Amino acid sequence: MRFFNPRAAWSIYVRELMRAMRTAFQSILSPVLTTSLYFIVFGAAIGGRMPALGGVDYGAFIVPGLLLLTLLSESTSNASFGIYMPRFTGTIYELLSAPVGVAETLVGFVGAAATKSLILAVIILLTANLFVDYSIAHPLLAVCYIMLVAASFSLFGFILGVWADGFEKLGIIPMLILMPLTFLGGTFYSINMLPEPWDSIALANPIVYLVNGLRWTFYGSSDVAIGTSLGLTFAFLTLCVVVIAIIFKTGWRLRD
Amino acid sequence: MVQPILQIDGLTKIYKGGLKALDSVDLSIRKGEIFALLGPNGAGKTTLIGAVCGLVRPTSGSIRAFGLDLTKDWRRARAKIGLVPQELATDMFESVEHAVAYSRGLFGCPPDKARIEEVLRSLSLWDKRKEQIRALSGGMKRRVLIAKALSHDPDLLFLDEPTAGVDVELRRDMWRLIDRMRDRGVTIILTTHYIEEAEEMADRVGVIRNGKILMVDEKDAMMAQLGRTEAHIALAQPLTELPTAISRFPVDLEQGGRSLCYRGGDGTGKGKAEVAELTKALIAAGIDYVGIEIRESTLEDIFVGLVGEAA
Repeated sequence: MRFFNPRAAWSIYVRELMRAMRTAFQSILSPVLTTSLYFIVFGAAIGGRMPALGGVDYGAFIVPGLLLLTLLSESTSNASFGIYMPRFTGTIYELLSAPVGVAETLVGFVGAAATKSLILAVIILLTANLFVDYSIAHPLLAVCYIMLVAASFSLFGFILGVWADGFEKLGIIPMLILMPLTFLGGTFYSINMLPEPWDSIALANPIVYLVNGLRWTFYGSSDVAIGTSLGLTFAFLTLCVVVIAIIFKTGWRLRD
Repeated sequence: MVQPILQIDGLTKIYKGGLKALDSVDLSIRKGEIFALLGPNGAGKTTLIGAVCGLVRPTSGSIRAFGLDLTKDWRRARAKIGLVPQELATDMFESVEHAVAYSRGLFGCPPDKARIEEVLRSLSLWDKRKEQIRALSGGMKRRVLIAKALSHDPDLLFLDEPTAGVDVELRRDMWRLIDRMRDRGVTIILTTHYIEEAEEMADRVGVIRNGKILMVDEKDAMMAQLGRTEAHIALAQPLTELPTAISRFPVDLEQGGRSLCYRGGDGTGKGKAEVAELTKALIAAGIDYVGIEIRESTLEDIFVGLVGEAA
């Protein structure tokens, strides 16, 4: 326990997962239902009338984007809520007074948030299979990419949860920034379909690289190179880790 | 000399905005003692506890617990420290036994159902172990916080206002529990508003005000040093001046000469003995009296006096 307290990390992780189980409807059923409605409307109902994009049926084309939409919002909200609630209720005293550092906190809170996102991803992929036919060209890479995105946005959510000083702020970034960027990031279309200059402007949207990265693992082609997507995702993950390390070092919003 | 279990030197905390909550606090806590930290609201008691427990970042000064520097060896030191906070802060939707087991895990201890059962039974919580904490009464919730703090067998336990807002019966239960912990060798630092509580349990008492420690001493020594006896002797006949026969005593005439007031002693019983001498002197001088009211000062009087002086 000199450098890492594995039992503490495990305790936080298990407790966070148990909290998700206590609120299974909100944590799991609600996003699955929402995503299923997208598949029914855009995949099964409208998708049949849309032309194939890059040789992929429209219904199948939107699967990675919709999966990413859920991953981003759930990873962010789970992790932000996970650390914000102890701050809000005052139970964070226990974490701060225990032999627990940044590593255990991240493994516990961010690990649990990422795990919940992965469980959701599996359920959503199984649900999608009921409405559209899709295949995964690089399943191992897809799993790794999903884990990478879940971990990155859980870290991002953790930062939001530390930053927020009210429930309103907790929802601002996911609702007003992440959601619009995801919708405009090629979830439902290829950015190559956009006229100039909008296709170039779209490349300034970081979510474009995430959606296309995941789409590449599914169908082997996308609007941007997989290397660019992976590089940017890793860079985002690293940035989040650095920010969190600074938060713990300075005690910003955690310690008085 | 035995190494103190907690050594605080020059601890200062200035909050953003300039509030100086702790002002060069020096404090040494001995192993196995119960130390009561007394002070009015905003004196700095909770900040002091927070600084030791890692909730507050000190502006300057040093804290050593178990001989370990808390800024460097914080993991090893914190593993031996328990904290019961003032606020009822816990996940209200969690069951009692999960909450206690979680705390044990946070401190790096392996799961131990027998130990959890022991802690819950000692706090009369065993029958409530499956219940969500929100379903418990306020007193029971406070017991859960104590159970969580005890789950990893701390050697140094901070109790921040442990009996605030609990009924008399529970307060006495808590006192018994604290006694049992002392018997097991746990060092306890408690803050309280109830002077009676400190008087009942503490070995040593510290008084803090405006972030400064005004006094630290053995409870009995403090009582001896600052304690007083006050006696009011109702005279049968009013006096116009103090008779020379009793001029050697610290007495004053009050109520127009109908009452003689003695203020003296030192909290060791010397005052009572002097009052007995005084009554003999009165009889010898032929001064009759019809009643005596005698009162020893309490720790509360001393506390109020100290805090009042410093204000």
